[in-house]
Parts: sequence; C-alpha cells; structure tokens
Amino acid sequence: MPRKPRLAVFKFASCDGCQLSLLDCEDELLALAGELEISHFLEASSAVQDGPYDLSLVEGSITTPHDAARIREVRRQSRALVTIGACATAGGIQALRNFRDVREFTRIVYARPDYIETLERSTAIADHVPVDFELRGCPINKAQLLEVLVSFLRRKRPNIPSHSVCVECKRRGIVCLMVARGTACLGPVTHAGCGALCPSFHRGCYGCFGPAESVNTPALAERLEQLGVDRGHRLRLFRSFNANAPEFREESERHEQ
Amino acid sequence: MSSSESSEPGKSKTIKVDYLARVEGEGSLYLKIRDGAVEDAKLKIFEPPRFFEAFLRGRDFREAPDITARICGICPVAYLMSACHAMESVCGVRVDGQLRALRRLLYCGEWIESHGLHVFMLHAPDFYGFDDAVAMAKAHPELVQRGLRLKKLGNAIMTALGGREVHPINIKLGGFYRAPRRRELDALRGELEWAREFTAVALARLKELEFPDFERDYEFMGLRHPSEYPLNEGRLVSSAGVDEPISRYDCVLREVHVAHSTSLQSRRVGGGPVHMGPMARYALNHDKLPPEVQQLARDAGLGARCQNPFQSVLVRMVEIAYAVHEAARIIAEYAEPDAPAIAVEPRAGTGYGATEAPRGVCYQRYTIDDAGVITDCKIVAPTSVNQAVIEEDLRVFAGARAELPDEQLRWQCEQAIRNYDPCISCSCHFLKLDVERV
Repeated sequence: MPRKPRLAVFKFASCDGCQLSLLDCEDELLALAGELEISHFLEASSAVQDGPYDLSLVEGSITTPHDAARIREVRRQSRALVTIGACATAGGIQALRNFRDVREFTRIVYARPDYIETLERSTAIADHVPVDFELRGCPINKAQLLEVLVSFLRRKRPNIPSHSVCVECKRRGIVCLMVARGTACLGPVTHAGCGALCPSFHRGCYGCFGPAESVNTPALAERLEQLGVDRGHRLRLFRSFNANAPEFREESERHEQ
Repeated sequence: MSSSESSEPGKSKTIKVDYLARVEGEGSLYLKIRDGAVEDAKLKIFEPPRFFEAFLRGRDFREAPDITARICGICPVAYLMSACHAMESVCGVRVDGQLRALRRLLYCGEWIESHGLHVFMLHAPDFYGFDDAVAMAKAHPELVQRGLRLKKLGNAIMTALGGREVHPINIKLGGFYRAPRRRELDALRGELEWAREFTAVALARLKELEFPDFERDYEFMGLRHPSEYPLNEGRLVSSAGVDEPISRYDCVLREVHVAHSTSLQSRRVGGGPVHMGPMARYALNHDKLPPEVQQLARDAGLGARCQNPFQSVLVRMVEIAYAVHEAARIIAEYAEPDAPAIAVEPRAGTGYGATEAPRGVCYQRYTIDDAGVITDCKIVAPTSVNQAVIEEDLRVFAGARAELPDEQLRWQCEQAIRNYDPCISCSCHFLKLDVERV
C-alpha cells in the first residue's frame, strides 16, 4: 500500500477561524483522516511529527521577524504550500497597521511597548515565499477547502472560480441589491467563493474574499459615490479584511484626503 | 516539540513544551522546580499582536461588530454581541422581544459548537489517553461521531441565523440584516430533540472518567441576570461578593502587562486572579438552570458548584444541555418580527458591552463621537483574565506532583491548561509548556 500523503497545518497571525473550518467539516473529517496522515495540526492534535510534509495549509499573515523566518522553514519542509484565508493571502485585518505608524499602535494597546516585537507591516505569505495555491475568504469556505484537499489527493488543479460575487448572485437568482435598493455592495469587484452569502441576507457584499480577477474598482467607487456613499465610507469599504490586497489598497488610497 | 533537561536529577530540572497542542492560538508554559517545589509557573503567550484596539480608532461605530469578530474564529458571536451591546448602550437603544431572543439563540449555537469542539475533540482525548479525536475515534467511534454531530448542530444554528459558522454576516447593530423565517428555524427542531437525549448519554459516559483529585477555592466571576442563565446580559458578580453593573468592569478588574505575554493579564482590584467561564457561570447561576438541566448535573455527580477544574468537562456538557434546551424553547416560541433590526443612530458617549463567551466574559468599551467615529476602545477576552488563574493552578497542581516522571508531569500540566479551553487567539492570540527544575 502506498504511504498516505502527509498534511500539516500552520498558523501565523490570525484568528484560528480558517483552520477551524477543517474541524468544522464534521461529516468529512474522519473520512479525510483516513486518506491523509495529519502530521502537524496543533489545534487538533498533540501528535506532532517533523517534516517534510506533502501538503501544508498556512493560515495567518507575517507580522514578526520570528514568523518571517519560520515561514521560510515551513516552505522548505513542504512539497506543496496552500495559503488559507484573507490573513495568509492579503495580510488580513491586522494589515490596517500598514496605513499607520505601528509604534503608535503598540503604545495604544500595550503598557510596556518594549515587551512587544513586531514588524511595521502585516504581509501575505506570498510576499515571503512561493505559494502553490491561494484560497480566499475571511473566513474560507469549507466546501472550497475540501475541494482543495480532494484535488490535491487526486493530483488535479482545484476548481475554484476567480470571477466576482456578482456571478454568484445571478446564478442564485438574487435580485441585485445595488440596482433594486441602492445598497452599497462590493460584489462587482469581490472574488467569488461565499455563494453570494451577504446579498442572500439582504446585505451588500463587504469584500471578505478580496479582489476578483481583473476588476474595475474605480468604476464601482464612482457608482458608490452616485449612490451617496461618502468618501470616508468608500475608503473604509475598500480598506477592511483585505486592505493590503493591491487592488483594494490602491482604491482605498484614492479616497484618502 | 518538547524537551527536558536535567542538571542534577532530583534537585533541579527543566521540562519544555514549546507549542502546547489542542488549544486555540499559540503559547507555552514555563515551570521552574527547585528541590521538588514549584518556584515559578508562567503561561507564556506569544501570539503576534494584532492591535485591534488601535486600528478600531477612526472606524465607523457600525463596523465594530464585524471587525472585532475577527479577533477569534472560535467565538466570533461573543465579539459580535459584546460590540453590538456596547454601541447600543452608547446610542440609547435597547433590543428586545424576538430580536433579543434570536441573539440568545445565536449564542446557544456558539456555545454548543465551541463547547462541543472542546469536550469531544480537545479535552476528552486527554482523559481517554489519545493524542487527538481522530485517534480516539478508532477506540470510541460512537462517542466521537456523536460529539461531531452535536458540534454540527451548533454550527447549523449559527448558519441558520448568521449565514455561516465562522464570522457570521447577518448581525448588525440593532438586530439582523434579515430575520429568519419560521421554517428555517423549525428545520433545527429534530436535531435539537436528538441532542437533548445525547447530552444525557454523554454526561453518563463522561462522569465515569478518572479525574485528578484537585480542588481550589476560586473566586468565580461572571455575569448574573435576574431571570435567566446569562448569555448576553447581566451584572458583573463574583463569589467573593462583587456585584456591579458592567460599566464598572474597569474598576473591578485591572490589566497588567507582563513580559512573557502579548496578552494583558487581569487581576481583581483589591483581590487576586479570578476564574471565568463554565465553572464560574455554573457556580454563580446554578439556580437559573431549568430543573431538568439541574437534574442532569446532579445525575453527573455535580453539586451546585464544582471546584475541580478537570471536571469542567462535565460542566461544559451541562452548559451544552442548557443551550440545547434554551434553543429549543426559543424556536418553539418564535414569531417572525416586523423588522429585522431597529435603527441605531450615533450619539457621542461611552458604552459598555459584556457577554458570556464560551470561555467567560468578553468585555468591550467604546467611545464614539456624534458622527459615530470610534475615538477610543478597550477589549478584554476571558482567556487573558483566566491566564493568571491557570498559572496558579499549575503552581499548586505541579507542586503536589513535582516528583512525577517528566513525561507524566508534562501531560498532566498540559491537561491542567486545557481545562480552561484557553483561546489564545482571543487573549491575544496559544500556549507552550516549559518546565525548569533548578
């Protein structure tokens, strides 16, 4: 019998929610553990084995000198490396520091800033090491995570569409919130994957999957302005959970005073 | 990743676990043992700082719930709810009736999921002697499979109300973007009925576990509400007599910044470390549990308070039973509200929110201006409060067992930490065990 592929899960600066998505696959988890050897997954197991690993899932962004060194070691130990979630693919919400002075941030939160070691910017994993596939979302969609794992086992490219949330709305037959109700919505520029979740709850998309492929953010911003969304609000819409994704970062900077 | 070093066996020693497993986030523990006595016990937290309190300044008050939810993927509802209550208190808005009931239902979902994860996947393997739930599933398939089914029910409740289990999208100041339809909630009733039976079966199994003989006289702290077991609201009370509105939280608990942690620790002003979470809630609010849940607790051998942290696994199961009971009640009484939310207009001031996260009180304080811009905020996660009490537990627990072989001592100390289901991502964000015998 061939040996089972070895899976590892690593965490950097993050909320744990994306790796939890693996444990949230309640119906599939035990079957999956039959196909893969879970070699390193601290949140779930005390049994920790050294690399190399066939597939490493990486959650979280790089924010400390120690983590910048650690991700290089993880890369060396991993045959394939897949980043999961907005922190790992775009720096996450903690990348809001990239627009401000991090020393000032440390003083606001910590009584003894001298105890804290941190980098000035929160950056994506791909800014540090080559990445084989990026799975988007804040958090990721667990069906997409399963698709990535199963594709890896079958040695095929995962079927993860890179079109916008608008396409998902059309597919689900959801009436356009922006057209019908004038609701501010980032659907036209946001990467699919959630299944148009917010619009299905009558809420405008807030961009938690980050930018879709080849998007026209200025056109959307202009439309938002026509809808009466003020400058500050436009800036904040583009500057949240994927603030450091280049397309969103550049658009938010256009709305700075 | 553990290591032990002995210089002069019997006199001085170091045991290290650099990354503690089956906890959420990254941390380690350091124990210094000299001549068989614990000299120092530190729970080190080295999650990278993420600066939420800093970057929330300048953001719009309506953004606080979704942003703070990202502090923790295990208990996003706690952050969503505490942020909503804090902002609503600034703006003079009170959410009542069915919308309030729906918020409780959402919280029941998070308790079932988070407690279910801890009981069956993180804590139970310690008692049964396995590295993880997957290994345990080979020996006890029915217990693990049904534990997963229970956890899935918690997620199903959160998904029905919030759209997804991690970082729900349907929660806003004043209520929801869309209220669930009757039939969407009715779809949960069958599983809730199953869960009611399973929680009794699970408790009967778990009470047979072997618990270390270890009790401490904790100061328990949590919320207390006049008519219900606390989830979203209540006064801040403690077993040592604290009884204050949550707006006085900062006068009751003070944060200190220690060098070994990127999480700030809390102490009670004029007192010591306090214990928050399931054991505290249970001791402070036993009388508010419905008679059938009290009976379940009695059948599991629990009195009106439990002081053995290893038995927190039983108390968590009792709380799951409560959440199942409460969820079923809310759904049975549900009537679709006229509007999914009430309007919340900004007004300058400071507001407070404290709700019962699975691990204890999640506290948030915000100051906003007339335009709704956040000018100041403070967020305290329950694990950062429990950090000091965990260190005390370790000192006492390891002190009485300092002569145990290293491997056994390390395993039991890790278990003593997992008793608290510490969420280091929350507190700042994990653990690490490091025993030094000098």
